[in-house]
Amino acid sequence: MNILYDERLDGAAPKLDKGAVRDSLAQAVPGLMLLHREEDLHPFECDGLSVYRTLPMLVALPETLTQVEELLKTCHRLGVPVVTRGAGTGLSGGALPLEHGVLLVLSRFSRILEIDPEARIARVEPGVRNLAISEAASPYGLYYAPDPSSQIACSIGGNVAENAGGVHCLKYGLTVHNVIKVEVLTIEGEHMTLGSDALDAPGFDLLALFNGSEGMLGVVTEITVKLLPKPETAKVLMASFDDVEKAGNAVGSIIAAGIIPGGLEMMDNLAIRAAEDFIGAGYPVEAAAILLCELDGVEADVDDDCETVRRVLEAAGATGIQQARDDAERAKFWAGRKNAFPAVGRMSPDYYCMDGTIPRRELARVLKGISDLSEEYGLRVANVFHAGDGNMHPLILFDANTPGELDEAEALGGKILELCVEVGGTITGEHGVGREKINQMCAQFRPDELATFRAAKAAFDPKGLLNPGKNIPTPARCSEFRMIKSADAKSAGDGSPTHSPG
Amino acid sequence: MATTATTPHDHDASEALAERIRQANVTGTPLRIVGGETRGFYGRPVAGEVLSTAEHRGITFYDPVELVVSVRSGTPLAELETALAEQGQMLPFEPPRFGETSTVGGMVATGLSGPRRPWAGSVRDFVLGVRVIGHEGIEQRFGGQVMKNVAGYDLSRLMVGAQGTLGLLTEVTFKVLPLPGASRSLRLDISLEEARNRLADWGREPLPISAAAWLDGALHIRLEGGPSSVAATRERLGGDDLDDGFWPALRDMALDFFNGDATTRASDRPLWRLSLPHRTASLGLTDAPEATMLHDWAGAQCWARSAIDAETLRNACRRVDGHATYLGARTGSGSDAPFTPLPTVLLKYHRNLKTELDPKGIFNPGRLYAAF
Repeated sequence: MNILYDERLDGAAPKLDKGAVRDSLAQAVPGLMLLHREEDLHPFECDGLSVYRTLPMLVALPETLTQVEELLKTCHRLGVPVVTRGAGTGLSGGALPLEHGVLLVLSRFSRILEIDPEARIARVEPGVRNLAISEAASPYGLYYAPDPSSQIACSIGGNVAENAGGVHCLKYGLTVHNVIKVEVLTIEGEHMTLGSDALDAPGFDLLALFNGSEGMLGVVTEITVKLLPKPETAKVLMASFDDVEKAGNAVGSIIAAGIIPGGLEMMDNLAIRAAEDFIGAGYPVEAAAILLCELDGVEADVDDDCETVRRVLEAAGATGIQQARDDAERAKFWAGRKNAFPAVGRMSPDYYCMDGTIPRRELARVLKGISDLSEEYGLRVANVFHAGDGNMHPLILFDANTPGELDEAEALGGKILELCVEVGGTITGEHGVGREKINQMCAQFRPDELATFRAAKAAFDPKGLLNPGKNIPTPARCSEFRMIKSADAKSAGDGSPTHSPG
Repeated sequence: MATTATTPHDHDASEALAERIRQANVTGTPLRIVGGETRGFYGRPVAGEVLSTAEHRGITFYDPVELVVSVRSGTPLAELETALAEQGQMLPFEPPRFGETSTVGGMVATGLSGPRRPWAGSVRDFVLGVRVIGHEGIEQRFGGQVMKNVAGYDLSRLMVGAQGTLGLLTEVTFKVLPLPGASRSLRLDISLEEARNRLADWGREPLPISAAAWLDGALHIRLEGGPSSVAATRERLGGDDLDDGFWPALRDMALDFFNGDATTRASDRPLWRLSLPHRTASLGLTDAPEATMLHDWAGAQCWARSAIDAETLRNACRRVDGHATYLGARTGSGSDAPFTPLPTVLLKYHRNLKTELDPKGIFNPGRLYAAF
């Protein structure tokens, strides 16, 4: 099933005259930078999921909130779809443009408006980079906790739209746990504030609803995040295992010992070798799997916890345990993990990153399933895994220049996600549904549940102008998805399509 | 290892509840949702047929190693907390308990959190997923049993604090955490101003503070975490040892300050819950100077007794980006609007959402606001 916008499956697109829309916007929004020539539009044709590209009708780069407000009002009046984009690092095609829509780029809203060290909050514009917040807070001994791998480049507005995660989520939470207030413009150009500088706000928790809503409910124009005191110390242990299942079980044992590590990451052999070749992180290249366990907090507690974790890892059958001797070695251990994606990228012309989350107890089963699927499709898969919270990032290696291989990689990816749903997990832990996983939403949710999502959307955007085609599939798309699944199942002779358990 | 310890009370009443909702939706009959009937004080009265979750009980899934528990909404909160404690775990947000019948559903619907909230997070921060029966009488699942999940809109966290106005919660899945390895409490006899200054300084350090409340000339501090850091911090902060009983009493609104009338709403001097940013300057309430208030959550949740009219008091809170909840007598000025009124645009989208998810207005109509 095609990922690009398909009117038959995603709903009729408005018939718009580009010149007329451009004229209306230019008139209604004085001073708005509006790109319309094909060569100017090309840099915006995709986000971090670059295998899918669509040239937007127009690209708007507003500088003031008034411009955003007037743009939204005009688009609402004319029935023009609006796709909001930040840094464009998203991995699910959430900011994939529409050929019949305006791409609203918020990258010029890049000011840090306020750091309040006493209240431990930062108030920022949506185009501020994730890492820039921590850098600005650093002189006060504070930082912003969520740290997606793209934190050097990704912007906080996109983090809110995707409810971005990172390697420290088990202990410090996702974006939704670290944002206390957002300013929003609705598609009708109305302003509202969700959350507050206090710890709660009256009414429904719309702040929670907007986190992860993929730009479908409103445009976030300002974000207040909470800042945390930097941990006094952080230490990291690396354990190697000769068996992936043993590594998986060790993860559970650490948590069963009452310890919540700051980060707990696992890599399989293919990912270890790729990272070692690329970075020279000091990883044991013969190991079937390694675990990186970071413990942070007050020095004395961290030392106690390191001892406990060491004992747990030994009991779990680790073949080697190394504790980073200093911050430099700790940074080196992490560099291998943080660069695992580009490292795998060096082994293959292309790779495709998945984002399923599973209950940790199902890890061995899912890894076995992935390995079987990898063999079945004849494509290598490297596994990088936020083990602490069950969020998997299988990387499918393929060559887009080999005819049919992209399709095969996508099909394999789809099967992996369906496997995640089958064991009680989800198709996306932190990258979002976007366009990429729009079909698998039909596997994770029943038609009536999807209808409830559409009802929530209709409350904020009844005309469906904000980011149409993303996140929630239409009934038509799901009917087709189920038809194909059931045809597959019949031809494979293995019964009915899988459905998500409780 | 996953455990699903059962009790003789365990019972899945979801089909019967769904059938009641289907009928109510057909006839447009408003339903008043109740669990243990202990949280009715928090919100507007609802006129409707009683729909009770009390029979819908039991922990359906608990795996301490996954840090995940799923529980039916009618399960007594006490039963859940006991099951978690047996495995050395807890609900980190310390929900208040208003009696043995208090249920998990009521706890989530009202969304109240206890003393640990500023450091650990609130009820919604620990909700991973829900089952909810919508207006058509179909049980639906949102979120899930995993730590990270961004598939679809976050309707599960939306249900927290919605007071049953968007659907009937039938099951909630929580992230749970290990009980702290060590806990010490202390009391410092210092002024409110001094307490605020110290808390602001300590807040920028990685200290194991897990509760901080100022009341009657004393700052009460709880330290939780590893034994080493708790002992070292206890030494550093000084003061006198504090009886551990202080925190449960604060959590359950059972301190003398509350005078037993918070939940009965029987006071002649109305009780107000003020939700304020840290380090708020004086609100200037003439009959309720700051020193007479109970300042929980390091000052972010204050309890005041004031007879000042609601609008004046709320304007004072609004100026600092806070809000105020009325918990005074059930009749008389202010009693019809316990929660701070919503600005026009926000109210519009609340109504839209209510209309989309409950078009006939059968779920707890008017419980939060008269408008929906």
